[in-house]
Amino acid sequence: MPKKYDTPLLDELEKGPFPSFVTEIKKAAARTEMAAAELGVLERCYREKKTHWKHGGIVGVRGYGGGVIGRYSDVPEDFPEVAHFHTVRINSIAGFFYTSESLRTICDIWDKYGSGLTNLHGSTGDLVLLGTTTDKLEAIFAEYSSRGWDLGGSGSAMRTPSCCVGPARCEWSNIDTLDINYAVTQEFQDEMHRPAFPYKFKFKTVGCAVDCNASIARADCSIIGTWKGNIAVDQAEVANYAKAGMDIQAEIADLCPTQCITYAGGKLAIDDANCSRCMHCIAKMTKALKATGEKGASILIGSKAPFVVGATLSWVIVPFIKMEAPYTEFFALIRKMWEWWDEHGKNRERIGELIIRRGMREFLEYIGVDPVPQQVKEPRRDPFWFWTEDDLNQKPWEAYTK
Amino acid sequence: MALPQRRTDIGPPHYKDFLPPVIQKNYGDWKYHEVINGGLMVHVANSGDKIWTVRIASPRLLATDTIREYADLAEKYCGGYVRFTTRNNVEFLVSEEKNIEPLVAELKAKKQMLGGIGPRISNIVHTQGWIHCHSACTDASGLVKVLMDEFADYFNEKTLPNKVRFAVACCTNMCGAVHCSDIAVVAIHRKVPRIEHENVKNMCEVPSTLACCPTGAISPDPAKKSIKIKDEKCMYCGNCYSVCPALPISDSEYDGVAIVVGGKVGSLRSDPKFSKLVIPYIPNNPPRWPEVAKAFKIILDAYIAGAKKHERVGEWVERIGWEQFFNITKFPFTFQHIDDFTIARETFRTSAAFKW
Repeated sequence: MPKKYDTPLLDELEKGPFPSFVTEIKKAAARTEMAAAELGVLERCYREKKTHWKHGGIVGVRGYGGGVIGRYSDVPEDFPEVAHFHTVRINSIAGFFYTSESLRTICDIWDKYGSGLTNLHGSTGDLVLLGTTTDKLEAIFAEYSSRGWDLGGSGSAMRTPSCCVGPARCEWSNIDTLDINYAVTQEFQDEMHRPAFPYKFKFKTVGCAVDCNASIARADCSIIGTWKGNIAVDQAEVANYAKAGMDIQAEIADLCPTQCITYAGGKLAIDDANCSRCMHCIAKMTKALKATGEKGASILIGSKAPFVVGATLSWVIVPFIKMEAPYTEFFALIRKMWEWWDEHGKNRERIGELIIRRGMREFLEYIGVDPVPQQVKEPRRDPFWFWTEDDLNQKPWEAYTK
Repeated sequence: MALPQRRTDIGPPHYKDFLPPVIQKNYGDWKYHEVINGGLMVHVANSGDKIWTVRIASPRLLATDTIREYADLAEKYCGGYVRFTTRNNVEFLVSEEKNIEPLVAELKAKKQMLGGIGPRISNIVHTQGWIHCHSACTDASGLVKVLMDEFADYFNEKTLPNKVRFAVACCTNMCGAVHCSDIAVVAIHRKVPRIEHENVKNMCEVPSTLACCPTGAISPDPAKKSIKIKDEKCMYCGNCYSVCPALPISDSEYDGVAIVVGGKVGSLRSDPKFSKLVIPYIPNNPPRWPEVAKAFKIILDAYIAGAKKHERVGEWVERIGWEQFFNITKFPFTFQHIDDFTIARETFRTSAAFKW
């Protein structure tokens, strides 16, 4: 029987309607020494209002440089069962779809070797196994990989890519987010398992600008589905929305950021040339409005959390690219970006920070992408810019002054 | 017992093997969806086929016992098919309409919380906290529990002007999109790291420790074979502690949480936005952080009272102006609210038009 700790503070967090993580730890603590000790440590963190975990020390499986995060208690004498309490990241399935059978397999292996505690899922999208020891890692890896599951990314590597539910269960997806996510993961297995970058690199793929995976806020490479054609209007469905009580003028036309929608005489009209594809009208009138024409994605680069120079949102690099298998053009573009980042990036410098440090021009020229207005909110405000020898020989004004 | 043969670089299993037959058949061919209630929606394909999604909240931290329960329910009502959302909800994918009612009844009997769909509060994206992280200055799971208990009605029953996305980050590293959430907690330190000179010598690489500091506050201390920190330049981000474990920064008395407001990630109506600081510090008060729940309630109530339909929190604040936000919430405006980091000048008011 695992040791039982008194947890008066944590017990307070078993009250209330939301499912309790404390109850979860207690379930595992009834079976495993590690989960029991985790509960004890956590109660102490609550009592002392500080963490009792340490990092440092490289742990992993043979042939891989990532996928396992070393974690240690700073009070091992009091909680020897969690002196070592490593995290294993399992690469999740695109769209987080599972079968009951696959979930049981995952649980069976983890119950054999670990604390019985998991995260479904970690912030990046891994299936996270919380709490095991160094000597168990090879066995865990053999058991999972022999059944078709591989480790995810950690450290200065490509991290486990993730995506929205996409065409599997959404009418708005302009690209096959699941297939792109799977293809990226398979294409860059080496970059994921053997960290060789200046810092981490994340891919997140979403089918439209609603961005249900927060791609624009937390991916070095945000792949966001879009389209080039018009929005098809089903006027009968528009009438149904009006009949059901929607104030189409106030809720749709007035909230259109480009004011390209008019609603008169019960008919909705869209000036497609002035639509910026923000998704508001489509999202609110999904039965009536559909994106049509050529589908593809915008590639944005650079978002990350605040470390080190402040948080960034991704910005447009390639406004439109067809994202169809086998994604040859896209993979070539990514390899060029990584080459440039490898060449110039400092330790712990994300690719977006490097672009800010060395300038968009150098980056765009290296990857072979032309400057276009879609890449900026507005042109430069200052009068300080560079001319290359080649620029000096160009006469672009001749085209529009003839 | 001999271990099975390990395989490397195989990547994850192929997603096609995990999709319900109705999804495989109608993949990329969905026509529309309808939100039936907070915990139930239906997607209808061009073929006329339907799939129902029953959504429940999970605490993200799950014992295998609970995952097995999800598997049992999926098998009983969904042909074994279940998925998770990026916000840690569990979605039971029901292909046969007759299975919805008994599934919902069983989930309710198990005291599961149904909801999160539509203009409501969904589950909270969060980080590891005291459960497992070396740099945590609060516990993320505890705060999530407290906030979701407080606003449970807005997860399943009540609706809001638009969806409201909460997030909790247990330090400024912000694993998860806290920096672009409607209302979020980010935990902070307020004291400079302590230098364990003996350990710096043995555990840390001095050049990378100097380089990791966003404000250049760290310099070498050759006499001690260690480093020095210029206290007045340190803004307590803790990045140096992640690089060099001999610079502990956590502090029981002075650590706590800040609250940021008004971020979003979608491009609908207005561009994606960062969250902005509204409360620079509330002390850690575990196990239930009542002051944090109270502050969230003040913000959410003000949003409900003031926002137009479809406005996100950030859109509402931008329309009324931040000076009005502080008037309404009565949160004190302090030196900490005025940016002095890398993009400070973008945030100063360069106009003579404002409200009182």
